[in-house]
Amino acid sequence: MSGEPTSGRSDRPKDADVRGASEEGSATVSAGYAPEVRERLERDAKEIIGRYPKARSALLPLLHLVQSVDGYVSDAGHEFCAEMLGLSKAEVVGVSTFYTMYKREPMGDYHVGVCVNTLCAVMGGDQIWDELSEHVGVGHDETTPDGKVSLERLECNAACDFAPVMMVNWEFFDNQTPESAKQLVDDLRDGKDVSPTRGPKKLCTFKEASRVLSGLPDDLAGDGPSAAGPSLEGLKIAKANGWKAPEA
Amino acid sequence: MTTLTPVLTANWDRPDSFTLPGYGGDYKAARKALGMEPDAVIQAVKDSGLRGRGGAGFPTGMKWGFIPQGDGKPHYLVVNADESEPGTCKDIPTMMANPHALVEGVIIASYAIRANQAFIYVRGEVLHVIRRLHAAVREAYAAGFLGRDILGSGYDLELVVHSGAGAYICGEETALLDSLEGYRGQPRLKPPFPAVAGLYACPTVINNVESIASVPSIIANGAEWFAGMGTEKSAGFGIFSLSGHVTRPGQYEAPLGITLRELLDMAGGIRAGHRLKFWTPGGSSTPIFTEEHLDVPLDFESVGAKGSMLGTRALQIFDETTCVVRAVMRWTEFYAHESCGKCTPCREGTYWLKQVLKRLEKGQGTEEDLTTITDIADNILGRSFCALGDGATSPIHSSVKHFRDEYLKHFEIGGCPFDHAPSTVWGAK
Repeated sequence: MSGEPTSGRSDRPKDADVRGASEEGSATVSAGYAPEVRERLERDAKEIIGRYPKARSALLPLLHLVQSVDGYVSDAGHEFCAEMLGLSKAEVVGVSTFYTMYKREPMGDYHVGVCVNTLCAVMGGDQIWDELSEHVGVGHDETTPDGKVSLERLECNAACDFAPVMMVNWEFFDNQTPESAKQLVDDLRDGKDVSPTRGPKKLCTFKEASRVLSGLPDDLAGDGPSAAGPSLEGLKIAKANGWKAPEA
Repeated sequence: MTTLTPVLTANWDRPDSFTLPGYGGDYKAARKALGMEPDAVIQAVKDSGLRGRGGAGFPTGMKWGFIPQGDGKPHYLVVNADESEPGTCKDIPTMMANPHALVEGVIIASYAIRANQAFIYVRGEVLHVIRRLHAAVREAYAAGFLGRDILGSGYDLELVVHSGAGAYICGEETALLDSLEGYRGQPRLKPPFPAVAGLYACPTVINNVESIASVPSIIANGAEWFAGMGTEKSAGFGIFSLSGHVTRPGQYEAPLGITLRELLDMAGGIRAGHRLKFWTPGGSSTPIFTEEHLDVPLDFESVGAKGSMLGTRALQIFDETTCVVRAVMRWTEFYAHESCGKCTPCREGTYWLKQVLKRLEKGQGTEEDLTTITDIADNILGRSFCALGDGATSPIHSSVKHFRDEYLKHFEIGGCPFDHAPSTVWGAK
C-alpha cells in the first residue's frame, strides 16, 4: 500500500461540487453551489425544515445534508445552512464544530472507524487500529491520497457484545480482527462490494449515508438481518429452556 | 433461580421482526390506550412501577404526571435514543430489530401527556438503525397509527426521527434538547425541569428508548403483570448487555434483581481458562465491581447499596489479563473528549485526570499521583453542571479503591505490568 499520509489531500479539489464565490464574481452566499445542486439542496432543505415546529431544529439535519453533497461541511455548506435558517454563518459554524460527525475536510468515500473505547480496545481494537493505520498510511480523521478511505478512532458505538467493532460509513462491521480490518479496507480501495454485518447488502458511500442522516432515507431498511449473533443469545437460551415472561 | 423473560426481544429471531407484520401488525396496546383517559394511562404506568431504563431510574409514570395540563402550551415527547454510554448496547439492537415497540410506545406516552408532536433523537453513528426507524414510522403513518385522527380517536400525533451528529453529551436530557433545537449540545441549568420548560420552553417528557418500548406491554398486559416481575422497588424486566471476556456475550432480557452470577451461568461463564477481575454494572459511569459482587441483585437499590449504580445494565466484563489502569485511562480519555466544556470542574478536571493517568499507566507516576487523581475526582463529583462529570469520577474512585496495588505496581516497575495481547479475542487462543 502507498504509505503517503495525508499530505496528498492538498492536491485534491476541496470542493468537488462547489464553486468558489469569486468565480461568479459575486460575494453572495448563493453563489457557492452550482445552480442545479443549489436547487436540489433547497428543495430537500425545505422538506426537512417543514417537519419541525421551529426552523432552527433542522440545523443538524441540514448539516448532514450539505455533507451529503460535499463529503464534508464546506464553507458553502455552512453558508447554505445559515441562509436557509436565517442564522449567521458564525452561529452555524459554532454548532457544526461541536459535533464530531461533521467533518471539516473531505473524508474518504469510505469513512472507516475503529472503536478504541475501553472494551473494544482491550478486546483487540487497539491492535486493529495500530495495524490498520500503518497499513493504510493515514491517522485519525485523515484520508488516503486517492480519496477513497479515511480513518477515525471511534468512541463506543453501542455494539459492545460484538467487540472489537468497526464502522464504515456508520454501518456495523462486527467482530473484527487486524486481518479482517486490513482486508476490508483493501477491498474498499479496490472497489469490491462489501457488506456490513448488520446492514444493507451493499455499502453506501459516505455522501449517501449522510443523506440518510439528514432525514431523507433510501429504501434499504429491509436489507440485512433483524438481529444477529449476540443480539439473539439470550432469546436462544430462553427458548431452549422454555423460559418466557409470565402470562398476562 | 431467575429465568429470562423475553418481551422486547421476543420476536428478534423473526427475519421480519422490524416490520409491522413482524411486530404483530395491530398496535393493540395503542388502540387500548386511546380508548382510556390519558390520566388513566399515566396511572397504569405509575402502578406498574416502571423506572427509567436510561440509567437514572426515575419513575416513568411520575415523570409523565409532572406535565402541567390545561396550560395552553404545546407538549412534547422526546425519546432519548442517543445510546452512547460505554458498554451500553441495548437500545440500538432494540431499534434495529423491534422499532415498532418504540413507535407504539411513543403513541401511548404522547397521548398520556397530551403531546401532538414527538421526536426520536437517535445517535447518528448507527445508519441502519436510523433506516429501520424511518421505515417503521412510515409504516405506522400508512396504517393510520400516526398523523391526524389516529384510529378515529380524534387524537393527532406527528413523529419525527432526528439524527444526532456524534456527541456523547447529547444523551444528557437537557443537552439533547439544546441539540434538537439546533444548538451545540450543552446541558441547561435545572430548574426549570423539562416538564415545565423543555423543548422550545414547553412542557416536555424525555424518556429512554427501552422505557418507552416497555409501555405497550404494560398497557396490553396490565400494571400488575409488569410489577409481578423484578423486585418491589425495581419492577419489571430489562435488557442486560453482557460484553467482554465472557463466553457468549449478548443481550439477556431478565427481571431486575437477577445477579451477574446467574447471567454468567447462562452466558457460559468467563471465557475458558480465565477468571473475572472487574466489571461495570451499568456502563463506564458506574463504579466498577469485582468478583465479590457476583451475587449482588442487579436492581437499583441493591447495586446502590454496594456503592455503584444499576445504570444501563451494561455489564462489561474483564478478566485477569486486563490492566485496570489502562481501562480507567481509556475511559478517562473518553470523558475528556466528550466533556462539552461548559463547566470548569468537568472541562479542566477530565483534562488533568487524563494527563496524570497517562503518566501513571506508563509507570512514570508516583504514589502522590493517586492522591492527585482522587483529589481531582473529588472536585469534579457533585460540582459539575451535569452527570457527565460525576460519571468521569466513577472509574477513578472505584479503581483506586479496589486496585490500589495495581497502580502502585506500575511505578514500582516503571511500566505496565501487563502484556495486552492475551486480553484480545485472538490472544486467548
